[in-house]
Amino acid sequence: MTGIIPVLRLEGIVKTFPGVRALDDVSFSVLPGEVHALMGENGAGKSTLMKVLGGIHQPDEGQILIGEEPTVMTSPMQAKAKGVVFIHQELSLADELSVAENIFLGELPLKRFGRVDWQKLYADTDAILNTLNVGFDARTRVGDLSIANQQMVEIGRALTVDPRAVIFDEPTASLTDAEKVVLFKVIADLQAKGVGIIYISHRMEEIFRITDRITVLRDGQYRGTLTTSQTNEDEVTQLMIGRSLDLSRNTSHHALGDVALEVRGLGCGALFQDVSFALRQGEVLGFYGLVGAGRTEIAETLFGLRTPSAGQILLNGEAVRISSPIDAIRHGISLVPEDRKNQGLVLGMNCRDNMTLPQVDDLTAGPFVSDGAEIAIFDQYRDKLDIRTPGWRQIVGNLSGGNQQKIVIGKWLSMRPQVLIVDEPTRGIDVGSKSEIHNLIRALAAQGYAVIVISSEMPEVLHVSDRIIAMFAGRVMREFTSDEVTEDNLIQAISGIGDGKVMKEPVSGQMHG
Amino acid sequence: MAGMTKQGIGSILAKQGILIAFAIFMIGFALANQRFIAIDNISGVIRSSAILGVMALGVTFVVIGGNFDLSVGSMMSFSTIVVLDLHDKLGPALAIPAMFAMTMALGAFIGFLVGYMKLNSLIVTLGMLSAIHGLTLTWSGGKNMDIADKAGTWFSIFGQGRILGVPVPILIFLGLAIILGIVLARTPFGRKVYAVGGNGQAATFSGIPRARIVFLTYVLSAFCVAVAGLLQASRSLGSQNTVGQGMELQVLAAVILGGASLMGGSGTIFKTVIGVLILGFIQNGLLLMGLAFYVQYVVTWGIIILAVWLDVAAKRGRLWSPTA
Amino acid sequence: MTRARYRDALKHGAIWAFILVELAFFSIAGEYLSVSDKAFMDFDNMLLLLKQSAPIGIIALGMTIIMINGNIDLSVGATYALSAIVLLDSMTWPALQAMGDWAIPLAWGLALMTGAVLGAINGLIVWKTGVDAFIVTLGSMLGYRGLVFMINGEQPTSHLNWTLVDFAEAQFLGLHTATWFLLLTALALWLMMTRTVHGRNAYAIGNNREAAVNAGIRVGPHMMWNFVLIGFLAALSAVVFYSESGSVNPNDGMLFELWAVTAVVLGGTKLTGGYGSIISTLGGVIAIQLLRKGLGHIGAATETVNLVIGLILIAVLLLDRQLNRKGKEELKI
Repeated sequence: MTGIIPVLRLEGIVKTFPGVRALDDVSFSVLPGEVHALMGENGAGKSTLMKVLGGIHQPDEGQILIGEEPTVMTSPMQAKAKGVVFIHQELSLADELSVAENIFLGELPLKRFGRVDWQKLYADTDAILNTLNVGFDARTRVGDLSIANQQMVEIGRALTVDPRAVIFDEPTASLTDAEKVVLFKVIADLQAKGVGIIYISHRMEEIFRITDRITVLRDGQYRGTLTTSQTNEDEVTQLMIGRSLDLSRNTSHHALGDVALEVRGLGCGALFQDVSFALRQGEVLGFYGLVGAGRTEIAETLFGLRTPSAGQILLNGEAVRISSPIDAIRHGISLVPEDRKNQGLVLGMNCRDNMTLPQVDDLTAGPFVSDGAEIAIFDQYRDKLDIRTPGWRQIVGNLSGGNQQKIVIGKWLSMRPQVLIVDEPTRGIDVGSKSEIHNLIRALAAQGYAVIVISSEMPEVLHVSDRIIAMFAGRVMREFTSDEVTEDNLIQAISGIGDGKVMKEPVSGQMHG
Repeated sequence: MAGMTKQGIGSILAKQGILIAFAIFMIGFALANQRFIAIDNISGVIRSSAILGVMALGVTFVVIGGNFDLSVGSMMSFSTIVVLDLHDKLGPALAIPAMFAMTMALGAFIGFLVGYMKLNSLIVTLGMLSAIHGLTLTWSGGKNMDIADKAGTWFSIFGQGRILGVPVPILIFLGLAIILGIVLARTPFGRKVYAVGGNGQAATFSGIPRARIVFLTYVLSAFCVAVAGLLQASRSLGSQNTVGQGMELQVLAAVILGGASLMGGSGTIFKTVIGVLILGFIQNGLLLMGLAFYVQYVVTWGIIILAVWLDVAAKRGRLWSPTA
Repeated sequence: MTRARYRDALKHGAIWAFILVELAFFSIAGEYLSVSDKAFMDFDNMLLLLKQSAPIGIIALGMTIIMINGNIDLSVGATYALSAIVLLDSMTWPALQAMGDWAIPLAWGLALMTGAVLGAINGLIVWKTGVDAFIVTLGSMLGYRGLVFMINGEQPTSHLNWTLVDFAEAQFLGLHTATWFLLLTALALWLMMTRTVHGRNAYAIGNNREAAVNAGIRVGPHMMWNFVLIGFLAALSAVVFYSESGSVNPNDGMLFELWAVTAVVLGGTKLTGGYGSIISTLGGVIAIQLLRKGLGHIGAATETVNLVIGLILIAVLLLDRQLNRKGKEELKI
């Protein structure tokens, strides 16, 4: 690296919080024109590092250099002024305002008497939009743009200064493949201008597609920097988790029972159409597809949270009507939702009350809730699922992600469901708990439960499923048995190229409605 | 208290701050005026707090369920006027159930709008505050309502009677507090109210009929308002049609003082009763000091802000807001 | 895009369409029901209507900004009353009486300052304690009312200054003084909200507070300034009204917050902030005043006005919800 001056360099950054060493001697540098991946499990220290870089936290030790100049970061705005710009995973746009006002949010050009200089604002914005090569103009209301275009607005914000380093935090989380291509083009353009890029993502295929080097953090410690072209996924994973995660193909096959759930031609408006499948007792059926492919919406429809516009749902061979979660629960369908904090748990309630919530009407002695019956259920499933908590009085919000997820699973298992739907079973859960949850799902199938697993992580789907349904744009593209599925044909199917059908997806331009 | 950290003390102070302030306040008043802690004065405070207290019990359910009810004051005027008017027209035995039915129908209407139609409870109940006020004025023709034969009716027993020497309003208030306290803490319905207020979406995902629970909290609140209206009418046997005006604020103040979070999902009936008594004693203390009713307005203002501020500060772990 | 435009047009046009419906209804119904033989749409009647809209209207314009900013102010009625008392009371002070007509601008200034200070207190508490504006102003609604009684006692305060009355009753280009104040306030605030950085930032804060903070917008001072502004406007409203009436009752201004919020919501401003328009609020104010006058015109009892206003507020909420529904595919939560 001699000769080239890095655009951004972190040297020996240490940050401690009461009881935790969040960052322990982290150093790395970003070269001009480089895409530098930052990887690590949840809790490895990535977000703390970004907060240090953005001046939200001050490091206890170490320093940040921009170019060759040591800099004390005080706020994201000051970082931006120094040419270090953040593009956040969660869009932070004011959707009632125009594109121009969003791009120059907090820095609107002024005329006398505090007036906005609209002419300059629109001209400057159009200049930025031109370099991004997008199909909307400065006056468009942001709320009328597609998610991908909103992301472009977010990127446009970075360009109001001449950036030296741009940090992308999980930028592709909600983008379609075609939209990703556009994003990668923008990144390549920045690269060509000599901007250094930090790219934070969990998605290996992206990392290997666009980055030059990979820096790995684990438990707040710097674990090394690899050159992308000279490493592979295994090596990165090893570095990230300290061992390899067992994500071998599912090979355990036990005898399957009768068909528990059958779905015929199910559709819900524009969200998904013509979905048919059958699920047997003792079987794990995986749903794989991109975000927005309609997987979660199918689960929500089966659970009575959406009204189907077409099709039939059959349980044990009989057609049933499910118009609310109450109906679904009565028919033995349970849903572990993808958004654990907002949909799965009442975070301010204790463990026991959360677990017994759906059946509190049945756990009564006379008109009152029976403490004993509730505690018995809690104890039973705490032991069964190995939930680590000091006791049932513990507030759920204080548990780790893995233990929270087990509470949700316990909540439904204690209802003895016929069909258990698990949406993104390991989202936001650390590696150790991940494999526990995977084993748990397999064990449940072995006990005869019919399980549906929805996941965006291919290794996870391959690991737990007996069969996999690949979805694209609201349709079932193909159904695979675990014998015939390969990573290649699965990716093809969810990208809309499986079975020779090619689906068209808008690349850019404005969304209608 | 081994192992008690500084933070621990701080959070206890923040949580119990209002109780501590209350204790200091009480001692101060007691020192200033011996009469303050006389039994008959204390009994008088509880008695005069009963109407407010009964309303606060119902609003506690609404607030724990994650909503507001600003219409209780104007609804109380309505039930008072209606029961007084019907007393002479139908006789008390019919007037009371008729008034309860009408008041609870209003509660059901609000519950329908907030629960099933998912409208913003703040604005709905603000609108209902006005609408019910208009309804009351229309009913009374803008005039005061009086019972013709004030001496000859048994109707006065609710507001003025005594059982075993204890004033009936106190018995009704405390009795209702115990019953509703048990309902909230020990029954499946109570648990669901906490769940719906704590996280409505998660409650729905757990098969809890959120709309119905919210609906029921408003019906329950209206029931409590009807009881309060009965007490008010029975105590005075005549009333202006603005008798409950502004009480929604006092009720809310009592519930907040008790420590129920306005975000929903937390609070208890016991704490609300404490909140009601704090307000009652402050009012009484100021009165004994010879200060007019409006001084109490200003004091209540300070107390509300202080109570919520401490609550918010305890949650974020710092006194002042970090807002730039 | 077309749907978004359609929705926007509907949102902006709805209030004016509602006003037309009201005018038509009361004109026609008035033919059959009215006790007076004057037509409802009589020109003088309409001028009077504008004048009578001013007190609530000026407050509602300020409330629009507060609500766009993501807050609410329930203390405006009490601020209004307190400013009125300062206005009338100060003119009886010997020092001011000695000044003759020069007492008028001074009394006005004192009243307006009172409003601004009361607003600033609200704003400062909201900013520094982080307590929700709803609670803060709910409290000060009670507290400021207490101050009204403490300063004024329980009896009305009266002071008529004939120079002042003449000014308030004057008409310029056909419009009353109060109407001019209403329209000029609307113009000034409209310019502020659409043209200035402060206005645009107020929208941004109400729309997405976190984004505004991340972009380095100082949320606190903006909120504070808006509270000062609404306090000032509540006082301005009092100044305009009491210059003419000359008598203030300590209970005056009660339920003003309700009327103002109703006008703002009628005008289509979002309860959650970030969206709304000054001009539409002006429409909301006129619609409410039309309703009050119209009900009187067709012989309905004045008591029914409260009933109708409350129900209309709820109806608007219902309508707004129906318009914003995503259709049958919506998640049922």
